[in-house]
Amino acid sequence: MSLYQGIFKRDMQVAFKQKAELVQPLMFLLMVVTLFPLGVSPSPDTLQRIGPGVIWIAAILSSLMAMERLFRDDFQDGALEQYMLSGMPLPAVSAVKVAAHWLVSFVPLLLLSPLLAMFLNLTVDMYIALVLTLILGTPLLSLIGAIAVGLTVGLQKGGVLLALLLIPVFIPLLIFATSAVDSAALQLPYHAQLAIIAAMLLLAAALSPFAIAYSLKVSQN
Amino acid sequence: MWKWLHPYAKTERAYQLCLTLQPWFWVGALACLSVGTVWGLAFAPQDYQQGDSFRIIYIHVPSAILSMGTYVAMAIAALVGMVWQWRTAYMSMIAMAPIGAVMTFIALFTGAAWGKPMWGAWWVWDARLTSELILLFLYMGVIALYGAFEDKQQAGKAAGVMALVGVVNIPIIHYSVEWWNTLHQGATISKFDNPSIAPEMLWPLLINLLGFAFFIGAVTTVRLRNEIVLREMHRPWVQALAMNKALNQQPGDAATASLKEGS
Amino acid sequence: MQFESFADFLNMGGYAFYVWLSFGVTLLAMGIIAIQSFSKHRDLLKQVVVEKERKARIKKARQQQQDNT
Repeated sequence: MSLYQGIFKRDMQVAFKQKAELVQPLMFLLMVVTLFPLGVSPSPDTLQRIGPGVIWIAAILSSLMAMERLFRDDFQDGALEQYMLSGMPLPAVSAVKVAAHWLVSFVPLLLLSPLLAMFLNLTVDMYIALVLTLILGTPLLSLIGAIAVGLTVGLQKGGVLLALLLIPVFIPLLIFATSAVDSAALQLPYHAQLAIIAAMLLLAAALSPFAIAYSLKVSQN
Repeated sequence: MWKWLHPYAKTERAYQLCLTLQPWFWVGALACLSVGTVWGLAFAPQDYQQGDSFRIIYIHVPSAILSMGTYVAMAIAALVGMVWQWRTAYMSMIAMAPIGAVMTFIALFTGAAWGKPMWGAWWVWDARLTSELILLFLYMGVIALYGAFEDKQQAGKAAGVMALVGVVNIPIIHYSVEWWNTLHQGATISKFDNPSIAPEMLWPLLINLLGFAFFIGAVTTVRLRNEIVLREMHRPWVQALAMNKALNQQPGDAATASLKEGS
Repeated sequence: MQFESFADFLNMGGYAFYVWLSFGVTLLAMGIIAIQSFSKHRDLLKQVVVEKERKARIKKARQQQQDNT
């Protein structure tokens, strides 16, 4: 148990040493959300209509920026190779790293979400639905994203490639999440959408550590 | 004409200047802010239309004016750094950035808290609010850019360029209420002969403006000293300064006894 | 004094929440930046001392090595 705690602690410490790297995706998120009222229309009704989609799209895009950090530092200083050779089960190591990454990258997003909801004029009901979709959906982003990050970890120009790989995969999540918030706007129940997102999350939590381990083996030979 | 400024290109002189100015700034800030806030909160008359909520003006207007003023000061520091190649200019620039960002945040937050009871909305995307938000982004960008470079001299140049490019936002913020149809009201104190605000309400506002300015100066002197110490860590005068401070703090400590022995 | 009683002052004509929220958050923000600046100052000066001691130790170790050889 303590080995995994060690990995978790190390990841958290490294993350907090580079505060700029944590803050920049959040700033990106804030600025992208700001662009929509300026570029589309500042009318409150329009913003409320497009709000859920804008916040989720901005969250996905900024998460792609933050995702690269997951294995990059370990790859550069050789720790990744050490983990792979150490005899520790790689799926478990990956799961711990993804958990640390989620805490550091997505919890700030959750904390910033009230501000974003205010900027886009979401009602309280819509905001509650949004937070629930974010709580269920962002771990899914981390888990599935880690598979693609594992594949591209050593590559030079991994950034845009990561986006190309992941955006199609995130589309179902985007559709269900925005559908949930839109239902909340119409005062309709949205348990079905949340249940499907939760099911995707459980499936990912069970299977993706193995997929991440396999993708690391593929990219690291 | 500016010859008197030239000694402050040296970090040691700049540090001494900060030490000299600092107590005045803190005292001035405390005095002006206490007087202005108490006057504004308790003694200034109620507004005819807005009731007592208008008292937020005593924070909102000074912080908004100074958020723009600090940015201009930052841009001037960047310009001095670029033209005369003074490191202390770049250091001043980055010392001012966080407090400028805090002032911008205060302006935006108090504006939202005032707007909710008055306009019914915490936030609207009108020209002045949006351009003030962009100012906050510009501050964050300057701070982020400076932090991204290992070599702080290079960092200063890069962040300086960014600060100068962003200066164009300042007149936009100021004139936004004239150039666009905005929800935000027009200028209160820019007309010098006939201000549209009653004098009993104006005085606490001006006093708070001065108080916030002193506060910004005070925090900037601390942060500039920090930046100087960080960059000049290996210089003897900095080491002497740090040793003095350590020795003054703990006179009877074993650690400081060994310090005296080792130096 | 524009208010009849202290309770009236706290109530701010019904706008208590907004007025005190504004003043409170402002005070908090100013406090945080001031405290953080001072705390950084102390930490930096301590760091200078630590670095100086470290350099002195390294120098001493090198001297001893040279004396031994």
